Amino acid sequence: MQHHIVLQVVAKVLLPLILLYALYVQFHGDFGPGGGFQAGVLFAVGLILYGLIYGVDTLQRVISPDVLRTLMASGVLLYAGVGVLGIFMGGQYLDYGVLAQDPLQGQHWGIFFVELGVGITVASVMTSLFYAFAG
Amino acid sequence: MSEVLINQILLAFMLVIAIGVLYQRNLFAAAMLMSIYSLLAAALFVVLDAVDVAFTEAAVGAGISIILALGTLALTCGEQKPRPVLATGPLLVVLLTGGMLIYGTLDMPYYGDPEAAAHTGVASRYLQDSANEVGPPNVVTSVLASYRGYDTLGETVVIFAAGIGVFALMGRGRRKATRKVK
Repeated sequence: MQHHIVLQVVAKVLLPLILLYALYVQFHGDFGPGGGFQAGVLFAVGLILYGLIYGVDTLQRVISPDVLRTLMASGVLLYAGVGVLGIFMGGQYLDYGVLAQDPLQGQHWGIFFVELGVGITVASVMTSLFYAFAG
Repeated sequence: MSEVLINQILLAFMLVIAIGVLYQRNLFAAAMLMSIYSLLAAALFVVLDAVDVAFTEAAVGAGISIILALGTLALTCGEQKPRPVLATGPLLVVLLTGGMLIYGTLDMPYYGDPEAAAHTGVASRYLQDSANEVGPPNVVTSVLASYRGYDTLGETVVIFAAGIGVFALMGRGRRKATRKVK
């Protein structure tokens, strides 16, 4: 991989920007375009770019397939868990209004964690797919 | 007016690329053309003010799905097998399906029709009340995560299931040894 020096340098410059932008899309999705799905895909794109240029083995040292499998499930669990938490706090399944004193604040927290769950699952599934096809 | 012109140019480009994909025997080139097609579709969504969808199309359609297609090509073969020039059976099926789809669009409301079902149902309530009921200024987020929380949960589970399915079919990305044998 020695002859890909230009690609390697460009990727090193772009990678932090892509990952940071993914986090921005994740946590700013209530105000601007984007949300969990888009953020997860962007994060996975950043990881896949790294894997394409530095090799899948290097990427697997950054984030191993086992960790990804755990993350895949935990994103869905987080989403479903927010719904169950709503039941325990006296509301209905996936009713975020009861999660805080102020219903709007509750909605805010509910959407935040739900979108985070979507983002985690999407990012880890996309990266796992890349591992499965390229590994 | 200029918006209509941009739409027509983008759609014309997409049509040309779609035909190009059909005539392309080299699958690597076909994958690249599909990537350009997705990028043009993303531009079209931006013109339609659907930035969230454009975002997804650009990242998934032009990015990840093409990378997966290239990964598949690396595992299989980069050239399409020559086929018979005219296959009557498949052509009939395609023409019939296409004809039925076009017939179906005749019942659809005109583009931008304010009386369309999508605009007379719950949409106006989402637009007017979501700031008081849910909060976020981005109504798309309110609808996806709160009003339609069940649907989004289902979609997340579908993505999860897709990941599990790929694991089941292709293993977990540790086929180094078997691949060298090939």
